[in-house]
Amino acid sequence: MMRLPKFRYYAPQTVTEAAAILHAEGPQAMVVAGGTDLYPNMKRRHQMPTTLVGLRKIGRLRGVKGSAARGLWIGPGTTLTDLEENALLRRHYPGLFQAIHSISTPILRNMGTIGGNICLDTRCNYYDQNYEWRRAINFCMKCDGDICWVAPKSKICLAVSSSDTAPVLCAYGARFHLASKKGERTIEAKDLYKRDGIHYLTKRPDEILTGITLPPAARFRSAYRKLRRREAFDFPVLGVAVCVRFEGAVVGDARLWLGAVSMAPVEAKDAQAALTVRPLTDETIEEAARLAYPLAKPVDNTDFALRWRKEMTRHFVKEVLREIRQT
Amino acid sequence: MAGGSSVRGPGGGRGNGRALRVVGSSVRKVDGLSKCAGVTKFADDIVLPRMLFCKLHRSPVPHARIVRVNTSKAAKMPGVLAVLTGKDLPIPFGILPVSQDEHALCLDKVRLVGDPVAAVAAVDEDAAFDAMNAIEVEYEPLDPILSIEEAIRKPSPRIHDYGDEGNIHKKVALEFGDVERGFREADRIFEDTFYYEGSTHLPMEQHAAVGMVDPDGKVTVWSSTQTPHYVHRALAKVLEMPPAHIRVIACPNGGGFGGKSDPFNHEIVVAKLALLTGRPVKITLTREEVFYCHRGRHPVLMQIRTGVAKDGAIKAMHFKSYLDGGGYGSYGVASTYYTGALQTVTYNVETYRFQGARVFTNKPPCGPKRGHGTPQPRFALEVHLDKIAATLGVDPAELRLRHLVAPGSLTANYLRVGSMGLGKCIGAVVEGSEWKKKFRRLPRGKGIGLACSSYLCGAGLPIYWNNMPHTGVQIRLDRGGGVAVFCGEIDIGQGSDTVLAQVVAEVLGIDPYDIRIVFGDTDLTPVDLGSYSSRVTLMMGNAAIQAAERARELLAKVAAEKLGVSVERLGFGERRVFDVEDPDRGMTFAEAVVLAESRFGTIGTVGSYTPPPSAGKYKGSGVGPSPAYSFSAAVVELDVDPETGWVRVERIHLAHDVGQCINPVLVVGQIEGSVYMGLGEALMEEQVFRANRNGVHRQPSMLEYKSPTTMEMPDVVSYIIEDPDPNGPFGAKEVGQGPLLPIAPAVVNAVFDAVGVRIDEVPVTPEKILKALESPAKRYGPKGVPDVKWPDPIRVPAPWEGGTGRPDEGGEPAVASERAPAPDRAPHARGPRS
Repeated sequence: MMRLPKFRYYAPQTVTEAAAILHAEGPQAMVVAGGTDLYPNMKRRHQMPTTLVGLRKIGRLRGVKGSAARGLWIGPGTTLTDLEENALLRRHYPGLFQAIHSISTPILRNMGTIGGNICLDTRCNYYDQNYEWRRAINFCMKCDGDICWVAPKSKICLAVSSSDTAPVLCAYGARFHLASKKGERTIEAKDLYKRDGIHYLTKRPDEILTGITLPPAARFRSAYRKLRRREAFDFPVLGVAVCVRFEGAVVGDARLWLGAVSMAPVEAKDAQAALTVRPLTDETIEEAARLAYPLAKPVDNTDFALRWRKEMTRHFVKEVLREIRQT
Repeated sequence: MAGGSSVRGPGGGRGNGRALRVVGSSVRKVDGLSKCAGVTKFADDIVLPRMLFCKLHRSPVPHARIVRVNTSKAAKMPGVLAVLTGKDLPIPFGILPVSQDEHALCLDKVRLVGDPVAAVAAVDEDAAFDAMNAIEVEYEPLDPILSIEEAIRKPSPRIHDYGDEGNIHKKVALEFGDVERGFREADRIFEDTFYYEGSTHLPMEQHAAVGMVDPDGKVTVWSSTQTPHYVHRALAKVLEMPPAHIRVIACPNGGGFGGKSDPFNHEIVVAKLALLTGRPVKITLTREEVFYCHRGRHPVLMQIRTGVAKDGAIKAMHFKSYLDGGGYGSYGVASTYYTGALQTVTYNVETYRFQGARVFTNKPPCGPKRGHGTPQPRFALEVHLDKIAATLGVDPAELRLRHLVAPGSLTANYLRVGSMGLGKCIGAVVEGSEWKKKFRRLPRGKGIGLACSSYLCGAGLPIYWNNMPHTGVQIRLDRGGGVAVFCGEIDIGQGSDTVLAQVVAEVLGIDPYDIRIVFGDTDLTPVDLGSYSSRVTLMMGNAAIQAAERARELLAKVAAEKLGVSVERLGFGERRVFDVEDPDRGMTFAEAVVLAESRFGTIGTVGSYTPPPSAGKYKGSGVGPSPAYSFSAAVVELDVDPETGWVRVERIHLAHDVGQCINPVLVVGQIEGSVYMGLGEALMEEQVFRANRNGVHRQPSMLEYKSPTTMEMPDVVSYIIEDPDPNGPFGAKEVGQGPLLPIAPAVVNAVFDAVGVRIDEVPVTPEKILKALESPAKRYGPKGVPDVKWPDPIRVPAPWEGGTGRPDEGGEPAVASERAPAPDRAPHARGPRS
């Protein structure tokens, strides 16, 4: 069977302690929460940290606080199962609930955390393979090599942002709190991500995600639709997240984000504009879908045929907006 | 979420005229508790003192000559005890005598990414892994051949230096009856081209093996294998040791599906490493390595041309198949014949021509996967028939019922069909699904489709030529009332241990749980050829009946004397031997054993089974004959979203003619499992490679190789049809493979009913449906077939032309002695109502 490489494991009890270890160990150290993404990657020799800083014992990183009226604070170490079972989240943040509920399988959701999903490694059929397989293609630029096999002329890695929660959190305008030995900072969710399959996060290696805040849910409606081959296990090959605030009969504010079509979540700005200050009708939905789908530029590195995946973006945008209209 | 239900038709519970007690009832699997409790010892669970771990260094290139292998660095690494290369095991092996083309470690060439080149044994897995990666191999690259068309177009570089021509491994041409006359006499001629993508078995358990040297110098190999006997033979050949000094123990398999039916390089390697080091050596393959072992479904391109009369009777059929064999022979020659063998056993085919070619490609070798070589042509035939029915304006169920092969008849290619319950199967699914109310009457987007099939109950001939039985069962009775049953069979999850216990318990009148089964051990058990070809229930069952009846005879003799009644008046049941006319008079089974042992000495009996001789006497007639054929009919109900092409299967009705249930719950389990596996092939599974990226497997992992989950599983309604076969034990036939076959064509036929497009290839993906909807022909599928120079066919006059099963010497079609098929030889139109 595939074996984990050797590493040192720390189990700090506080964020300060964890940040100190990361600072001392340098970039050879990584944090691990549920491990459902990192450990398989390590078995495939994608990441070979000499030190792992386990976050499971840090109580401050778990739990949900707040209310729909004031907004929520979510600890990034909270398991996906715990969030799935949170009534507040389910009722007031349905888009996030749908995204969480759709991740992998119940067994993996018992282990996996929302912080892990937010920071999920980008994915690619040329990368998510073990060491021997990758040696057969002489490796790729994301790990051990220097070329992108999906598009050999590409200067950047095209591995796909495959987080289900990322597009929803971007659509909500959520904020992420980061801490390191050097201090703390808070960023917009969308500012965590970069369109680069290798350096896909703006989070520094010595930083720890310590909190997620969601804005008040009042008057917002949200939804998430995920395209994948099977109704379990699979990562998204397309995720459409929408968050809409109605002002009377018209849409006051619309946020539409696409996941899994690029190296980072993609904001469908034109579609958002087309929806705003108009009632949500078949026509505006149709228009939004038409404007949103060219943003999806799938390449041949996940499941399904490219052309069909792109075409499905249009379909899924319509479906998710119709769902919003009904709720 | 999946739901299931089953309907068992009348006829259950009777076998050869006697009332049955244990056979026909759903007793708990004899290995069920240990499986559920997690105490079953699979090959990877074996841990022995001082055991070493083996890793194989595999080729990263698809096709190359090996220039140099440098193992010196690896050999010096800490914890490494031995390193092997091809030179250490130079003798070739392979499952078929005609394809001895594999080496335990590649000798001079590699033929696929994943071909093993060197092996290491080290004190732990980490040391073995590091040493494996320290091995350096220098290759001289050769052009890789990665598709059927490429293999036919490019005779060089040759992947193997044997085979019929260039990179064509095997070419077959057979002709039964005057095919040209058949086409001339036909009212309509139909032609279609189909493609069936390759897929792999995906057993939960990865292959594992342990080699050990016994204190007396003999070698023992434990392995997750479906065929311990063939592993035994391969080990003896490659290790150059007498078979008597080698013991192969098959561990319970965590799923096989045909993927553990070949002798494998890793089994030979661990034996050799054990011999070299004197310590036990274990290997457990990674999931990726299992994808390289493969031996799964051949990708097959097919063309079918059929001449039919106005009523749909098949006057002539010409079937061509092109198989992508991968890098080695494996079962491929047999697979090639199988793509042409069973077209004739469901509906009367008056004259039949088959041409098949298997090519070598630089990919993992294909071989037997559940249905071995027959799901592909069955898919082609059943979709083709659906189109014929549509053109003729006949209900597809009716078309099939009109032309069913009659029970007890001989087909054009000399397959002897015994019991034949297909009519009842069609009747059951048509009624159960309310077919007549739904077919062509559902709203757009909803579809219903039907398909049928047949499968073997074991191959009529063994893999290597011999006159010995195909299976043996040995029984030893203990004076305490226990019964030990020895058989070389191996339970791969299908329930063969339970079948064996039920059959013996039935004959001896004891409880199946009183029986100790000793299985799959070449030192201890009589040879059974293995768990493949759906042969175990029929063949082992018959051998078990014979052995058990011989034991019962001994008991009956002494018990009859003691009770003072005739042997005929004795009954065996409830662990007793008793007078059937006065059941209170009798004795316990144990008392009967004591009496018998006192009289005759130690009580042990044996039974064995050899299939009846085949009717065909032509080259190639060894593939296709079977003691009996099972039959299945499926109706698939599904939804297709015309906007996205997405298919959701709602319900599947599957009727299977199993002859006689040994265990109804196990029968339904095999039906549902087959439906599941068939759906995977129909909708998503693809063992595919990146031709422009060194021929690597596209997705060798269980996450990215898409196979359905519980969430995709529709409701399955199983209908068990019991039409006892005279050759089956208590009338039983197979159920392990047959029910898979009609699923893919029924799905495709239902898609046509739903949205009016023909998807002439599997898997049926949403994208293909959209493309077909946009195309003028409303079709998606292959355009044509490549040119192959076919050999002159072996011509065999059909039985109704006065044929004897021998080829026609002159090479010209024989003059028909009568109009075929004569009603007395091949009666037709025997539906469920007649």
